[in-house]
Amino acid sequence: MALLSNTAVLLGKELRTEFRSRELLTTTVVFILIVVVLFSFTFDPTSAESRRFAGSLLWLAFLFAASLMLQPCFLREQNNDTLSALRLSVGDPFAIFVAKLAANTLFLLLTELLMLPVFSILFNVPIFPVFGRLVLVLFLGSLGVSIAGTALSAVSAQARMRELLLPLLLLPLLTPVLVASTQVTVGLLDAQPFMEWKGIEFLVVFDVVFLTALWLFGEYLLEE
Amino acid sequence: MAKHALGSAVVVLLLVAAAYGAFFIAPTDVKQGLIYRILFLHVSSAWTGLTAFFICFVGNLMYVWRRAPQWDWLGTSAAEVGLAFTTVVLVTGPIWAHPVWGIWWTWDARLTSTFVLWLLYVSYLLLRTLVEEPDRRALFSALFGIFAFLDVPLVFGSIRWWRTQHPQPVVMGGPGSGLDPTMWKVLFFSWMAMLALMTLLLMARYKLEAMRGDMEIVRREAEAA
Repeated sequence: MALLSNTAVLLGKELRTEFRSRELLTTTVVFILIVVVLFSFTFDPTSAESRRFAGSLLWLAFLFAASLMLQPCFLREQNNDTLSALRLSVGDPFAIFVAKLAANTLFLLLTELLMLPVFSILFNVPIFPVFGRLVLVLFLGSLGVSIAGTALSAVSAQARMRELLLPLLLLPLLTPVLVASTQVTVGLLDAQPFMEWKGIEFLVVFDVVFLTALWLFGEYLLEE
Repeated sequence: MAKHALGSAVVVLLLVAAAYGAFFIAPTDVKQGLIYRILFLHVSSAWTGLTAFFICFVGNLMYVWRRAPQWDWLGTSAAEVGLAFTTVVLVTGPIWAHPVWGIWWTWDARLTSTFVLWLLYVSYLLLRTLVEEPDRRALFSALFGIFAFLDVPLVFGSIRWWRTQHPQPVVMGGPGSGLDPTMWKVLFFSWMAMLALMTLLLMARYKLEAMRGDMEIVRREAEAA
């Protein structure tokens, strides 16, 4: 129970900090937009071609964006010297992680939902008939990215070259998320949309495995 | 010193015997001809690499639990040695694949996951170079090593489900698969020889890491004084 109430308070803090400036959201949206536009130059964006590449393209853009977006997650605390205060005031350090990863999942999902209509128009890929299922895979994928990313941003915040280090640690670790979410998304954007449930199950497994690992080992990441 | 020389001599003898077995004792494959003999190096290195990564994982877990620097030394030594063997796997694979498959590389489950595995441990070693403080470096790399090791079956599963071309498991595969008994014996012997080589390298690397650790302590004491 304490975990839940602590998490709720901390999540409120994360959301308040972000929505005061909306820095992270705005920059990430613009970043994804740039990547998507640049991608369009690398192949012939006809409708048929786009359907084949759209899923992979979207997820690559999201992954790159996430590896940048997750940087400030612990860096902010460190720059403001608030990490020790957080650790002292919150009994279970897992609550700090849950709040941060919930906030990150929410931010990622928000930027993805903002980008989806733009993407659909630019590449002529209809998303409305499959919107609900698309949100499901976006949510499970973003959750996986946030779980691993939040944990590793606590690591990279205390290293040199941290801007490069986080993508370096995070991206290979996220291979299974990329493969599974891309498979599902490509299926949904097909001319005859179909749902690859195996991919959804796979994402759930990934999320559960890494959430458990974070629950077991998370507290060590926050040691002073 | 003498013990070390003796150990090295034994390992060299084992490797020569394994090479002799691979070239002269194992029968030639009906379909693939001579080139298949690279299997004895390729597969035994792959198993040895995985063994080393498993040792690294154990070292990482033990470090998080016990916080003794010895476990950190073991973890980093095993990661480096495992990386060396995995590099051999990644190099010998294409040499075999080109004449047999007609291509150097394909993005199939085992090739891709071995490559991702290799990348994960490269990141692990890079992370170690980028954290200054020794205790923190040990702890962070141990935690990343644990995450990376947990990721391996997921990487493999995810890629295997959606595409694959690599020969299906021959050893402990389904019915109808299997190696010629002599090939099996030679392969097993090659693996043992490789494990001996791994042990030798691991011990040498561990000693070096221990010296580095001691040096660091002395340097810190000197700076404090």
